[in-house]
Amino acid sequence: MEQKELRELESRCVQELPPACTAACPVHVDVRAMLAEIGRGDFKAAAKVLKRTIPFPGIISRICDQPCRSVCRRNEAGDGLSVAALEKSCLDWAETVREKIPVLPAKGSRVAVVGAGLSGLTAAFDLGRKGYCVVVFEKSGHPGGSLWNVSEEDLPRDVILNDLRILQQVGVEIRLDTEVGKTIQFEELRGDFDALYLGCGEQPTGSFGLAFDGEGAVQVDPVTFATSREGVFAGGGMRRTAGRQSPIQSLADGRLAAVSIDRYLQKVSLTAARINEGSYPSRLYTRIEGTAPLPAVPMADRRGFSSDEAVREAQRCLQCQCLECVKVCEYLNAFRGYPKKLIREVYNNLSIVMGMRHANKLINSCSICGLCREVCPGDLHMGLVCGDARRALVDMGKMPPSAHDFPLRDMLFSNSEDCTLVRHQPGKSKSRYLFFPGCQLDASSPEHVKSAYLLLAEKLEGGVGLMLRCCGAPADWSGRAELFRTVLREFMAQWREMGRPQLITACSTCYEILKTHLAEVPVLSLWEVMDRLDVPGPRHPDSPGTVAIHDACTTRHEPHIHASVRNIVQRMGLTIEELPLGKEKTECCGYGGLMFFANPELAGKVIERRIGESPADYVAYCAMCRDYFASRGKRALHLLDLIFPSAMDGEDAATRKGPGLSQRHENRVHLRETLLKVLWGETVKEKEDYRRIKITIPADVREAMEKRLILEEDVQWVIDQAEKTGRRLLDNRNGRFLAYHKPRSVTYWVEYSPEESGFLIHNAYSHRMEIVEEIKT
Amino acid sequence: MSEHEPRGENLVCAACEIPLEMSKVNISYLGSMFPVDLLRCPSCGIVFIPEELALGKMAEVERLLEDK
Repeated sequence: MEQKELRELESRCVQELPPACTAACPVHVDVRAMLAEIGRGDFKAAAKVLKRTIPFPGIISRICDQPCRSVCRRNEAGDGLSVAALEKSCLDWAETVREKIPVLPAKGSRVAVVGAGLSGLTAAFDLGRKGYCVVVFEKSGHPGGSLWNVSEEDLPRDVILNDLRILQQVGVEIRLDTEVGKTIQFEELRGDFDALYLGCGEQPTGSFGLAFDGEGAVQVDPVTFATSREGVFAGGGMRRTAGRQSPIQSLADGRLAAVSIDRYLQKVSLTAARINEGSYPSRLYTRIEGTAPLPAVPMADRRGFSSDEAVREAQRCLQCQCLECVKVCEYLNAFRGYPKKLIREVYNNLSIVMGMRHANKLINSCSICGLCREVCPGDLHMGLVCGDARRALVDMGKMPPSAHDFPLRDMLFSNSEDCTLVRHQPGKSKSRYLFFPGCQLDASSPEHVKSAYLLLAEKLEGGVGLMLRCCGAPADWSGRAELFRTVLREFMAQWREMGRPQLITACSTCYEILKTHLAEVPVLSLWEVMDRLDVPGPRHPDSPGTVAIHDACTTRHEPHIHASVRNIVQRMGLTIEELPLGKEKTECCGYGGLMFFANPELAGKVIERRIGESPADYVAYCAMCRDYFASRGKRALHLLDLIFPSAMDGEDAATRKGPGLSQRHENRVHLRETLLKVLWGETVKEKEDYRRIKITIPADVREAMEKRLILEEDVQWVIDQAEKTGRRLLDNRNGRFLAYHKPRSVTYWVEYSPEESGFLIHNAYSHRMEIVEEIKT
Repeated sequence: MSEHEPRGENLVCAACEIPLEMSKVNISYLGSMFPVDLLRCPSCGIVFIPEELALGKMAEVERLLEDK
């Protein structure tokens, strides 16, 4: 990932953008944080937040014109927050501590500020803190300018004087009764000071040699506040000829002019990187739907909130943030982040030359299901970022081998000669269609594969061929680009050999993979075909009345498949309950992106979340979805369980646990053998010797093997080797043998004892570290 | 299963019919090699890696090396 790409991706996640209130405030008070503190009853912390931005909080909290309030999102569900009154409550209810203001070492340059109004005093304060020698010239006998025009009831005079004391702390000198142009000449100031700020509040006496606009106001650059004369800046009332006075805007003018003056005196660019200064609309997305309206908390005493009222008012703050994706994604929840933060972690992980890659698990745990993009206001797809990162890790040789080892071997097994089959319909030499059930349906419900194939062969004209193999999804998901291309090439060769038939997939992942990567191959979903063929007939008497449909995440953008599935289910007379997240917003079951193998704990949480969404029986049309839900005790059916109920042989299909990993292998092999024998009358080769070793596996051992991804054939292989070579350990206590063998990347250990006609397995475990020493023969 | 775990002192090498002895054994992963104290047949060199070690410390080191 390039820096530029990172920035582009990051910019699409709005979570870190300021809320509307802060963006509207020309000095960007962190209103959200302040209200959160008040909501917690911590007025001191709230006051600290306010004082970070506002030098004169007593004054501002009484007279602020609150541009934040009209844009407050609470207006859409009640009344906007009373921000100024809450600011006042911070000061009223926090114990007053005069904080020390840090002042930078003296810089030597001198700045004159003309006019002791809000803008001038803010500029003076900011420059004083930065170490400039600042002198304020005020024509009247008191500082504060137009503040003295506010009624004493609204703004008591002691509040003004108290707030302005802060100027002494930063060394600002105020010369009262000094009118520039009368008491002291403008040009004299120009000579004595290195820079000037004009914040007179009104047009000054004399023109000072400045340029004016058509309406008689001083011409001021809207970004830098520079006037037509070098080193002279102006703001506040001086750059406004008419219109309502905005105290907070005056304060902002002083602040932004101070930034320019500092830059001017430091001889750096006045204009560089001055984005989002002043008031602007925020792009932060916050969903308000579903928020209960709350009216403003009334004040018992009109002078201000009681502390209790303030807490209640602040608690109405929505604490605006986006997190749309995090709300619906267990993965983002588990990694305690939102895309902007996590994408940076992914980027850093890829950029590491030496040291630990802490984000490998983050990269490999995403299901790549794309729900985040569906709900994202910026159209950001975390899965694509993770997919790219996986390919990059593989390219660098830094992909942790353990993350995807099992599913990749599973894929190679599905595409080995033990499991693959490509044939025209028995008795035909051409295929107009090719049924491609997908390796997981072969593994999960081989009976259904056979039933569906026979049905298609019966109903469709022109010959229906059959193809058993894997589409290559595990290679794609695990970032093995080269391997994926190889699998697709093999697929294409077989498809061409079959005469380029129309493909019919039962698996949504195969459907998506083929559609995305093999544009040449025309592909139909089994469900749209079944829908068109008007199958099945009336529902089975045992089927439930109401079912909830779980759409496969790989059909997210295939509304025609959603419709066909629903048509089929409705035709059976079943009532459909839609889950809160379905169709284009469906959730992944925990298998997608190989999440289950890279992060089984997270996949468990994903399954639990999904099955908790409705008490109704779920109907899935992906074998993995169904088996995962059933593995956690959820009543779940595959659509084919409803279409071919007879296959269940009286067993309740909804409670059936899916086959274990070894059985899944076995089912694929057996399906191929059975179909070859029964439909094509072909003989199949005998199993290899070691696969015929008879083993008995107690339930607890089998369960441990499932968790440890150890297959029966791994166990048989170890025993075969140990018994042939005699290389094994003997436990004197109980006569059990212990042997190890490393057929590929993993060393398997098996503890076993001989039985009458085979072996009883007591334990099996594995590790990836390699024992370097060979056993001597 | 762990209660059935074979304890080292009861293990003998079935081929050589002699007890295992503690010795330094090199194990490696992703290009890193470590000497580990393991029970080993002094004659043929067959080793014993207990379940607890394989699923505990070794798994942990594997993860660390994979993230390096």
